[in-house]
Amino acid sequence: MALANTTDSTGLSHQMRKRPFRRPGENLIMVALVLCAAVSIATTFAIVFVLFADAIGFFREVSFWHFFNFANDWQTLFDPRSFGVWELVAGTVNVTLWSMVIALPLGLAAAIYLSEYAHPQTRRFLKPLLELLAGVPTVVYAYFALTFISDDILLPLFGENISFFNSLSASVMLAVMILPTIASVSEDAMASVPRDLREAAYGLGATRLEVAFRVVFPAAISGIMAAILLAIARVIGETMIVAVAAGSTPNLTLWPHESIQTMTGYMLQVALGDAARGTTDYTSLFAVGALLFVMTFALNVAAQIIVRRFREAYE
Amino acid sequence: MSIRVRSTNPTDDEAREALQGRPAEEHVPSHNITKPEGEPAFSISDLNFWYGTKQALTNVGLDIPRKKVTALIGPSGCGKSTLLRCLNRMNDLIPGVTIEGNVRYRSADIYGPGVDPVEVRRRIGMVFQKPNPFPKSIYENVAFGARVNGFRGNLDDLVEGSLQRAALWDEVKGDLKQSGLALSGGQQQRLCIARALANNPDVILMDEPCSALDPIATLKIEDLIRELSTDYTIVVVTHNMQQAARVSDYTAFMLTDEEITGQLIEYAPTEMMFTQPGDQRTEDYISGRFG
Amino acid sequence: MSFVEATPDAITLRAEGRVARRQAWSRASRWILLGATGVGLVVLVILGIDNAIVGIPSLDWDFLSSYPSRKAEIAGIRSSIFGSVWVLVFTVAFAIPVAVGSAIWMEEFAPQNAILTTVRLNIANLAGVPSIIYGILGLAVFVRLMELGPSILAGALTLALMILPMTVITSVEAINQVPPSIREGSLALGATRWQTVWYHVLPGAMPGIMTGTILAVARAAGETAALIMIGAFTFIAFDPALSFSGLLDSFTTLPIQVYNWTLRPQTEFRANAAAGIIVLMIAVIGLNALALVVRDRLRQS
Ligand SMILES: Nc1ncnc2c1ncn2[C@@H]1O[C@H](COP(=O)(O)OP(=O)(O)O)[C@@H](O)[C@H]1O
Ligand SMILES: [Mg+2]
Repeated sequence: MALANTTDSTGLSHQMRKRPFRRPGENLIMVALVLCAAVSIATTFAIVFVLFADAIGFFREVSFWHFFNFANDWQTLFDPRSFGVWELVAGTVNVTLWSMVIALPLGLAAAIYLSEYAHPQTRRFLKPLLELLAGVPTVVYAYFALTFISDDILLPLFGENISFFNSLSASVMLAVMILPTIASVSEDAMASVPRDLREAAYGLGATRLEVAFRVVFPAAISGIMAAILLAIARVIGETMIVAVAAGSTPNLTLWPHESIQTMTGYMLQVALGDAARGTTDYTSLFAVGALLFVMTFALNVAAQIIVRRFREAYE
Repeated sequence: MSIRVRSTNPTDDEAREALQGRPAEEHVPSHNITKPEGEPAFSISDLNFWYGTKQALTNVGLDIPRKKVTALIGPSGCGKSTLLRCLNRMNDLIPGVTIEGNVRYRSADIYGPGVDPVEVRRRIGMVFQKPNPFPKSIYENVAFGARVNGFRGNLDDLVEGSLQRAALWDEVKGDLKQSGLALSGGQQQRLCIARALANNPDVILMDEPCSALDPIATLKIEDLIRELSTDYTIVVVTHNMQQAARVSDYTAFMLTDEEITGQLIEYAPTEMMFTQPGDQRTEDYISGRFG
Repeated sequence: MSFVEATPDAITLRAEGRVARRQAWSRASRWILLGATGVGLVVLVILGIDNAIVGIPSLDWDFLSSYPSRKAEIAGIRSSIFGSVWVLVFTVAFAIPVAVGSAIWMEEFAPQNAILTTVRLNIANLAGVPSIIYGILGLAVFVRLMELGPSILAGALTLALMILPMTVITSVEAINQVPPSIREGSLALGATRWQTVWYHVLPGAMPGIMTGTILAVARAAGETAALIMIGAFTFIAFDPALSFSGLLDSFTTLPIQVYNWTLRPQTEFRANAAAGIIVLMIAVIGLNALALVVRDRLRQS
């Protein structure tokens, strides 16, 4: 019952909140509600526990130094096996890099258009349409990346110079997938730049283009940074597109035309195989998963901190 | 651009009627609207303005004299800002507005075909109610207009000259790199004036430039307005009648009543307006009986 | 230096020289930016049309009603449709009560202290966890620890956890939009806080909660990686049993089937994948449209 005696607002609602419950059954309901809220906390604990418990098992077999040594390959199929995670990280960085190269200009252009150029009605119509891109199941993008982008476009275009599975085809579809994230979050940031600043610039005889790029964009830059971090976190965690189209050959390269393997791609590969419980193959899944979790967690937290600072600056 | 500009000609009255749902007002030139001597800077006639379907100005007509300070007074919501912003086409930026009538600046029709709002705003600068420096350094704030326009001269001189003209130079010359936002409210407003001056405008429009400032900062801005009036045409909106009396040469009194929104009641040399108002409503307002 | 030059009296306010150039750039930029905004959509439309051309010939009743097969011509999505529907029904059944319960607690009953802040931050972070991590969680907890195997139940529980953060966030927003006056009115009439929530707040928040739920279902309907992690990548040629023990049957879903066909090197399977994608996209777009309709209803009332 202590939960009911909240410490918040004064006055009317405070007094009401102190009113005792009339029906004893409501105590039970309260317990149920608290349990519901506890599920998400428990989920976090479970994720951390599951990942790190088995990751520790992995690091009993494979040294930490071996795992993070640049010199080591990621070679788990035949002996001598080797678990140098940088090859997988490089694969992830590779698709992140190229998808950002494509998505950033387009996404930011869309954000600027929606926030500074579009008529409110156009925006109301265009924004949900753009957000549909984020709602397309990634397995669909994966299929497009392999069959249309790679098979129908890139291979005829570059022939021998590009491998059938390549990072570029995955990056193109990843870019389409995260466009709305970049556009939407950046647009929110630009929309919260005070009207005052725009009027000041227009009043000085700036054109729309100059207002957008010299005033609104710089003023919203931290919100835009947050959008980029969120987009990167999504790319890093995306599995199907890279597993299908980018290949399954760990490769320490940032070139877009080569076949690579990302962290998520490797994890899916293990799941599709039948690694017995307790083997290094099986536990490596958790070690890579833990690293992935730490990376996406850090990016999300950083984005949240930036967004909060940004809001405080303008509210 | 979602702005619809109409010129006054008889056939438009039907459209206007449809929009308003009532016949267009006949424009009756009031004897309380004085015509200043000499060539006016602005010549406004039959100006009507709508936000969507909501009318904000009705048949406004007046001449604003050159190199003088003209004050727009009237109770809040009577359309002062709207009128002011019609003078440099700032209202174009609001979706769904309709402007009808004639606004001439030195005999050029501001809403005429081929007129570029950017060119208009470059020549007719604006200072806003709330000081709104860019989140950039003092230097960059003042240099903004010059930079976007690819200014070829000596930027340092321009910044210094503008800050001096805005009576801010002595207070900030030590650190032009500090953020414009670090200044006090009064200093920020003078920075905004310097920023406008750096564009080398002919006219400066000010929308309640002192309403966010303390009395001492207000006095400084008022002194500055008087001083600038030797070289610039200044139109200043204020709801402070003492301020209008102190700084302006001419005063326009606007009012929204039950029937007509945003009408110009009286326009006269300031001294005359405050000593012998020609309209009962003006007298009521300046003697503090309403508003 | 002189600030006010003597200007000739008659002026035009036309853009000339530099101003004209700047305006020309500015006007051009509108179309360039609009073009960039449209690129993603255009790509999607082109891919959609291309996909329709490949997929529509295979899309017939046989395709919908046949089990998967080694032979592309007779393979269908019957078991994937059953699997998808079954898993989604249970996903919603698990996730929504928990999400709404959490949201009610957070908005109506929670003490305003560090615990609530922690719960909020935790949910925001869970929303950013990649789906494959939820798959690992499901594998370790539901499949292995609870020994449910790669079953419908394990899949639904995994997806329920995955969509939980999103549904909590939308439910919180929906509850927030119920005006406080409604609560105060009810409380003033002597209702208990729970009665107030049950009879006044929840009905008011319902359209918002439903919109969020539908969008979450759309997301879960397309999820592949998490289900493959728990071992759902299997060949299924039977309908799930309509019983409790049926919950422990293994299953496949539409996106998994599409993935399966995508991986096949033979080109005939490409048409099957394309046809599967058409069905999947109709479902996803339909759910999104439904969410929009529900949201508009909310706006109206
Ligand atoms: N952007 C706008 N959209 C719709 N109505 C507006 C807008 N700006 C002002 N108005 C309305 O127009 C009328 C005149 O406003 P304004 O010119 O700002 O008055 P003042 O500056 O004299 O206080 C007011 O009724 C106001 O509510
Ligand atoms: Mg005003």
